[in-house]
Amino acid sequence: MGSSRMSKSLNQLVLPIAGGTALAISAALLVANLDYGQNQIESLERRVEQVSLQAEDASKRASEEAQVVTELRAKIEEIQTSAKEQMASGENLREYAPRNDGKFGLGREAVSEEIAAWDVDVLPDGRGLPEGRGDAYTGEEVFADKCASCHGDFAEGVDNWPVLAGGFDTLADKDPVKTVGSYWPYLSTVWDYVHRSMPFGEAQTLTADETYAIVAYILYSNDLVDDDFELSHENFADFEMHNRDGFVVDDRPELEYAKWRTEPCMENCKPSVEITMRATFLDVTPEDGGESVMNHATAQDTPTFVATAAAPEAVEGDADGGPASSPAIDPALLTSGEKVFKKCKACHAVGEGAKNKSGPQLNGLIGRQMGSVAGFKYSKVFVAAHGEGRVWDEAALVEFLAKPKSYMKGTKMAFSGLKKEDDLAAITAYLKSFGE
Amino acid sequence: MGSKKVTSRRNFLKGSVAIAGASVAGAASANSADPLIADVQDWASITGVGVDETPYGLPISFEKDVVRRNVEWLTASPISSINFTPIHALDGTITPQGCAFERHHSGAIELRKEDYRLMINGLVDTPLVFTYSDLERFPRENHVYFCECAANTGMEWAGAQLNGAQFTHGMIHNMEYTGVPLRTLLNEAGLGAAGDLKDKWVYVEGADASSNGRSIPMEKALDDVLVAFKANGEALRMEHGYPVRLVVPGWEGNMWVKWLRRIEVSDAAVESREETSKYTDVYEDGTARKWTWVMDAKSVITSPSPQMPIDHSTGPMVISGLAWSGHGKITRVDVSRDGGITWEAARLGKQGDTKALTRFYLDTEWDGKAMLLQSRAMDETGYVQPTKQQLREMRGENSVYHNNCIQTWFVDENGVVENVEVS
Repeated sequence: MGSSRMSKSLNQLVLPIAGGTALAISAALLVANLDYGQNQIESLERRVEQVSLQAEDASKRASEEAQVVTELRAKIEEIQTSAKEQMASGENLREYAPRNDGKFGLGREAVSEEIAAWDVDVLPDGRGLPEGRGDAYTGEEVFADKCASCHGDFAEGVDNWPVLAGGFDTLADKDPVKTVGSYWPYLSTVWDYVHRSMPFGEAQTLTADETYAIVAYILYSNDLVDDDFELSHENFADFEMHNRDGFVVDDRPELEYAKWRTEPCMENCKPSVEITMRATFLDVTPEDGGESVMNHATAQDTPTFVATAAAPEAVEGDADGGPASSPAIDPALLTSGEKVFKKCKACHAVGEGAKNKSGPQLNGLIGRQMGSVAGFKYSKVFVAAHGEGRVWDEAALVEFLAKPKSYMKGTKMAFSGLKKEDDLAAITAYLKSFGE
Repeated sequence: MGSKKVTSRRNFLKGSVAIAGASVAGAASANSADPLIADVQDWASITGVGVDETPYGLPISFEKDVVRRNVEWLTASPISSINFTPIHALDGTITPQGCAFERHHSGAIELRKEDYRLMINGLVDTPLVFTYSDLERFPRENHVYFCECAANTGMEWAGAQLNGAQFTHGMIHNMEYTGVPLRTLLNEAGLGAAGDLKDKWVYVEGADASSNGRSIPMEKALDDVLVAFKANGEALRMEHGYPVRLVVPGWEGNMWVKWLRRIEVSDAAVESREETSKYTDVYEDGTARKWTWVMDAKSVITSPSPQMPIDHSTGPMVISGLAWSGHGKITRVDVSRDGGITWEAARLGKQGDTKALTRFYLDTEWDGKAMLLQSRAMDETGYVQPTKQQLREMRGENSVYHNNCIQTWFVDENGVVENVEVS
């Protein structure tokens, strides 16, 4: 493409020069016929000679340039052919990084304290367990303190939170109850998970002894041990879980793949077809999913539908319940308060539309009567505080959040407290910024 | 914001139903000039917004319905929960990060690259610690892979339940990852200490409060697993594990550990909470399958679907959907309009990539009659996506995970679509 355009422009360059020469010659003849002086003729002849020499020169240059163009074209063709060959052979395609069996010398050696800090997983044979012990009695207290707000006092599970106890002999039922007792194959998994990932929102704060005690209590709540049972690193490996032999390693290759690797049917694959079940009966799809709504027909009926009239709820980009701006409050304090609130988020919501979670919603907290959020099941101490007419003010909040369990003895709140004064000031300012 | 009602597909549909199949905008003939053409519109006269109006671009406001959605009743708290990719509204194969589903066990965390550390320990010659910038100095690769939660379609075991492809099949996304092969990092630490690699495992763990951990057999770890730090060309989003996540091609999403902080070479599976009490599949008789890592071949029609009703009259129609397999490439997708009696081959949008989403189309005509739409994927191993009956016969209804059954959408004469189950 590019080369043909180039040769065209060369032609345009040559033609005006040749045309100019012809014009000069005819002008000279005209002058001779008019019988001008010999000098003038001679000078014109010289001029003609010069012009034709120039023309010759230009034409020579043009042909040289044309030659260059031809060579360039050939070169481009050669490059394109070679690129095509490279593409075809995959020479320039290196999808996979080069295999390197040598070392890059990157990273540094991990020191033993670092490995000890992070490598805390526990294997089924008990490898990885630290020394320690705890009994079910102690475990009950720790559990009530740190776990019961979600899992219930008897490990029965609050709301949608996991049930940890019971469910034996339900695994073959329509809705199996998969608990630590009925389903979990290894005790190591319980210890490892509780120690590493729980309590929710305060993970990795349990001591080894607390963990042994909690695990002992979970076993007790499953009626697997007596209340004086003590679990320790010494007797851990002896404990066999109820569902230990309830698992088989993936056998899809033998049972399913062998059957379902087949030529599929394309025509008359079944004699007839009818609708046996409809999603709309259950009406469990979220409202803003753009779903259709049906008439109150039965599953046996031929379905008839109407489209819904309601427009989907617009997803609001703003008004997501952020702090109300108030000139009286230092914005930096609000920002750090928002950060501190991350520690509370697992159990509490605040802002527009905040609902109760495993803790009450916190809108309009300052000035609110203690234990007063509708629909929230408070612990006894808060019910009592409500009865006494106690009200949340800044001082009460700071004192509570510094040491929840000593300020409100018996609170279900598992949180251990904020140690830094700055954090207490920030969280108070932050919560204060949310009205009713 | 709230002053103007956004025209939704549903409103539009309602309008088209009201005029009972009469041709709407865009028809072949018109009696009078379309004012959108005949009159000068504001946007053709007044200037628009300047550059830098939105330094990081967002979808135009008209598309604000194309978002991830949560099904609140599924979980106790959004901090330990999942939401769903709006697959019904997307086309092609790549999932934009901003609408790719999220699954957290203790919430998404903000972890700076500067604060990021990755440890390799256990049965290695030298336990190592890498910084984020160390990772960027190893040779890296780019691959497109799907990530599907093992529980995708899990709510549909006992019957048709959720009305929308987003909810039945939206626990999936498909991105181009940039990362370092895990084998490169394992080799850097040296596997001599592990001895015979055949029965060895790699335990991977996240830095968040759940410290989600999974055991991966060494064979897979040395095969195609990536330690990834970019998706679709840009940094991972916080909700997908910024700055570094594991990519375990073709295997269940739970193993794609986010905020990856530790890799331990071991002689046994850890049997962590996520690989015993969760992500195991209970049979009808109460025994359970474990280590069911691979996501089998699966497909779904994304349009029409309950959230994407047919909004046009009879005539040309595109039926479109997605297919994928954890065993390799999708080689074929068939579509049925009569609930599985007759099937026809769909057109693959392009040659299937291994362990990545493949887009399929059936370019066809709609006669205005009701349909029972199904799609059926086949992968390069010859595996054919099973029906729900086939799966139930094999596993019962309590598996929760790995439901890769053929999905049925009922389309009525008005183009309204519903999730149903058929005989």
